Amino acid sequence: MTHHIDRPHLVVIGNGMAGCRAIEELLARDPNRYRVTIFGAEPHVNYNRIMLSPVLAGEKSFDEIVINPRDWYDGNGIELVAGDAVAAVDREARTVTARSGRTVSYDKLLIATGSDPFIIPVPGKDLPGVISFRDMKDVDAMLAAAASGGDAVVIGGGLLGLEAAHGLTLRGMKVTVIHLMQTLMERQLDEAAGWLLKSELESRGQTILTGADTAEIVGTDHVEGVKLKDGRVIPASLVVMAVGIRPSTALAREAGLAVGRGIQVDDHMVTSDPDVLAVGECVEHDGNVYGLVAPLWEMCRALADGLVEAPTGYRGSVTSTKLKVSGIDLFSAGDFSGGDGAEDIVLRDASRGVYKRVVIKDDRLVGAVLYGDTADGSWYFDLLKKQEDISSLRDLLIFGQAYAQGGGQADPKAAVAALSDDAEICGCNGVSKGQVVACIAKGAASLDAVRAGCKASASCGSCTGLVETLLAVTLGDAVQAGPKTMCKCTSFGHDDVRREIVAQAMRSIPEVMQKLHWATPDGCSSCRPALNYYLLCALPGEYQDDQQSRFVNERMHANIQKDGTYSVVPRMWGGITSPQELRAIADVVEKYDAPMVKVTGGQRLDIFGIKKEDLPAVWADLNAAGMVSGHAYGKALRTVKTCVGSEWCRFGTQDSTGLGVKLERGFWGSWMPHKFKMAVSGCPRNCAEATIKDFGVVCVDSGYELHVGGNGGIHVRATDLLVKVTTEEEAIHYAAAFVQLYREEARYLERTAPWIERIGLQYLKDRIVEDAENRDTLAARFWHSQSFSQDDPWAERAAGQAREQHAHMAAFNPIREEEIA
Amino acid sequence: MIGEWLDIGWLQEIPVRGSRTIPVDGGEEIAVFRTGDDKVFALVNRCPHKGGPLSQGIVHGHSVACPLHNWNIALATGEAQGGDKGCTPVIPVKISGGRVLICRAGALAAAA
Ligand code: SRM
Ligand SMILES: Cc1cc2nc3c(=O)[nH]c(=O)nc-3n(C[C@H](O)[C@H](O)[C@H](O)COP(=O)(O)OP(=O)(O)OC[C@H]3O[C@@H](n4cnc5c(N)ncnc54)[C@H](O)[C@@H]3O)c2cc1C
Ligand code: SF4
Ligand code: FES
Repeated sequence: MTHHIDRPHLVVIGNGMAGCRAIEELLARDPNRYRVTIFGAEPHVNYNRIMLSPVLAGEKSFDEIVINPRDWYDGNGIELVAGDAVAAVDREARTVTARSGRTVSYDKLLIATGSDPFIIPVPGKDLPGVISFRDMKDVDAMLAAAASGGDAVVIGGGLLGLEAAHGLTLRGMKVTVIHLMQTLMERQLDEAAGWLLKSELESRGQTILTGADTAEIVGTDHVEGVKLKDGRVIPASLVVMAVGIRPSTALAREAGLAVGRGIQVDDHMVTSDPDVLAVGECVEHDGNVYGLVAPLWEMCRALADGLVEAPTGYRGSVTSTKLKVSGIDLFSAGDFSGGDGAEDIVLRDASRGVYKRVVIKDDRLVGAVLYGDTADGSWYFDLLKKQEDISSLRDLLIFGQAYAQGGGQADPKAAVAALSDDAEICGCNGVSKGQVVACIAKGAASLDAVRAGCKASASCGSCTGLVETLLAVTLGDAVQAGPKTMCKCTSFGHDDVRREIVAQAMRSIPEVMQKLHWATPDGCSSCRPALNYYLLCALPGEYQDDQQSRFVNERMHANIQKDGTYSVVPRMWGGITSPQELRAIADVVEKYDAPMVKVTGGQRLDIFGIKKEDLPAVWADLNAAGMVSGHAYGKALRTVKTCVGSEWCRFGTQDSTGLGVKLERGFWGSWMPHKFKMAVSGCPRNCAEATIKDFGVVCVDSGYELHVGGNGGIHVRATDLLVKVTTEEEAIHYAAAFVQLYREEARYLERTAPWIERIGLQYLKDRIVEDAENRDTLAARFWHSQSFSQDDPWAERAAGQAREQHAHMAAFNPIREEEIA
Repeated sequence: MIGEWLDIGWLQEIPVRGSRTIPVDGGEEIAVFRTGDDKVFALVNRCPHKGGPLSQGIVHGHSVACPLHNWNIALATGEAQGGDKGCTPVIPVKISGGRVLICRAGALAAAA
């Protein structure tokens, strides 16, 4: 050792953000207390790591992101050993040894080694062209790859991955992002904001694959592509792995320090050895590890206070996130997962692409997600960190600081009442407060009447709350309730939602929720099944059905019973069966010990008491005998009841059984607003009860009477006669047109009987009977949609699809004290 | 070795907004839920109303709607929400390194 100054020697391992910041804090307190040496593995001076993204994107140069240049080290007498990583720490001898062999002794040691990128252990991970995104050398590798263009794959749709993808896109590469979870940045964003982000990135030319699991990186001497678990291969000459980071703890662990997820430190950043400190991403404090810079600043303050013997202590950090992708405003902080006792306030402004959500618990703000307009991010973050009581701001909180604190008007009614007459209420239609009030004064006493009268709130709906407040302020108790909304998640009714789905060509449930300003993060058990159906109906063959938005019976393809078992009803076309089918059913009943088999009111057999685990096997056995699902569980075609008809019956006028079978073969599998039943009777004696069915045919000598809107349920309703036709083909054609009109226009969970009561028989006749062209196009749309829906769901499940729905995840045997995963 | 936490599998094995079950020998089945924001919760798979299998309900926000009569049960507390009264036992559960871990003592208590 050449230095003979008798100041204690502080050695820092890691020339990164935390290591250097700690020294800055120390120098600010006492520049002469320690002699400082910093070892850095990277061959650079201290730079701002978070600005690597702008460097990659071409917005900054390396020189612009340097925090402390050479003169800072020299001027403060700091010895920088750059490009030489420390390889070992000897706590007995109090020395560190670098890879070059250089050894120095220390009085105090500070470990600030940061994190190591996590590399997913798949075949091919070590191929040239596979890199991570952590330091300047990675950025150089990306720039070199981008220079020759081509395809890049970024694995990981978190902050780092998306910033890498953005930079590479700007540098001219064709980028695909592979993300394991369903939502991008799922740790920071909820589904709605994630969906907005994904749509925006896709519109910039990136391909985003969510729910995609990497199986392998392929290539011989250089990466050539990424193979997913589902077999897809995405070509790539560059693969960036940005799936996460792990605190860099190897040195500390080998030196025998206490290490959990990170190097364990106390409130003064002291490790299990009083002379060894640690700071930054490599530490674990109070069970937490951090991956953002804000906590480092606080840690470094506490550390420096401790080093100069004026200890204050670090108490952990609350963090917030912003994505550094130009043109995308995104902010998230705290815990937005809701949970026990938490309430959500959501504001969606589709025309501006804005989504805001704040989460409140016990009158305190606990989380916030902002997309599109992040101006109030810092205000929310402040409320969150200070844990201020927000009860007085609550009603206006979501509108941001300007509203919530403007003039101290905490009462939204007062705030709205105080608006001037020319204040704009409805941005879409340019309607002022004065116009809305005038409209109300002229007699519009409900939201709908205002919408009709002056168009306020008639377009995107984001001002609905304001209009409702104006109604309340102007009329007091005289406000009339509008038409029923779909559920508490939205102010729109079923018809509005359907109309907008078609008009705006919406394609997914999160898109509908965003564009129509849903008030909850992911809907409820009322709206989700309805939206799923409306989308399915609007986009035959294209829409990806959302199983988790279906009621249990439709998800399990069987009817749940009060004891949690299921009943299984195979289809018996037109009520006809055969010895082979009966034998297969009998075998199933015995093989799976079904406690009961029953003839149903729908002319078929129902097997009861099947466990969810046995369903696929039961279905496989029934399939083997040629039987398919009877949809006894579905908002779909149930049964087509028939009588024996002209084949056997002395009164029969037409082949009612034959027509019933044709109808059932043509219409099975179609999803509808509610269950749908048909029947064909061979004569007006009507043994198949056709006049209490959704669609009933009564055969007569001269042809077929087509009846609609019957219901045998809670309120019995006999059918209305729609029309009389002369051939089977016509009967089937009318049935298709009628079913399609019902599918497209009835509200979810509205059967044909109440639907027809609501719209009137005449409307139906106008659309289907009088208007031949409309009849044809309706029928054509029905058959088009049917071409995608006649795959037996049982066969798919028996073949292993959605296996997890039928199998336990694990089992636990507490007696034998062992578990099998 | 038996630890404090039982490893029951990968988070991805539970469908988003869905649930999987774990039978407990000699006790009541446990339902493990995964919400839209990738949180996990575990409840005894029995509705406080009439015993419906909560694992089969529609998961929305941090609640599940019972498949039998549509009671809404809070996943974090097991309590029926709205006007309904009743509570289902909660079993502590957490995610670590992508694996779902369930509290052994909680699972035992639920079995008893
Ligand atoms: C099995 C069966 C009773 C039987 O043993 O005969 C039956 C059983 C059930 N019916 Fe039914 N209905 C059955 C024929 C009928 C009939 C008769 C018919 O179709 O000719 C009717 C009156 C006709 C009608 O629908 O207009 C009928 C009117 C209802 C209603 C009232 C519907 C209404 O619009 O008012 C319900 C409640 C509902 O759907 O919301 C219902 C609901 C149910 C449910 C699904 C209750 C439930 O939600 O769990 C029962 C399921 C039992 C199971 O797990 O299998 N069931 N149900 C019949 C199955 C027929 C089939 O083969 O698929
Ligand atoms: C591309 C990118 C974008 C980011 N964007 C943001 C953002 O927007 N907001 C935000 O808050 N955070 C962001 N971060 C995270 C932020 O950069 C880190 O939280 C911060 O850098 C952590 O500081 P640290 O000192 O603990 O680790 P680092 O800054 O990584 O410093 C550790 C240093 O130690 C060195 N080292 C490791 N082992 C040894 C050894 N044995 N011997 C010598 N030296 C060693 C390393 O080479 C490294 O230089 C981003 C990170 C990256 C990579
Ligand atoms: S009549 Fe009532 S009890 Fe009987 S099957 Fe139908 S719904 Fe169930
Ligand atoms: S059993 Fe759950 S709501 Fe009735």
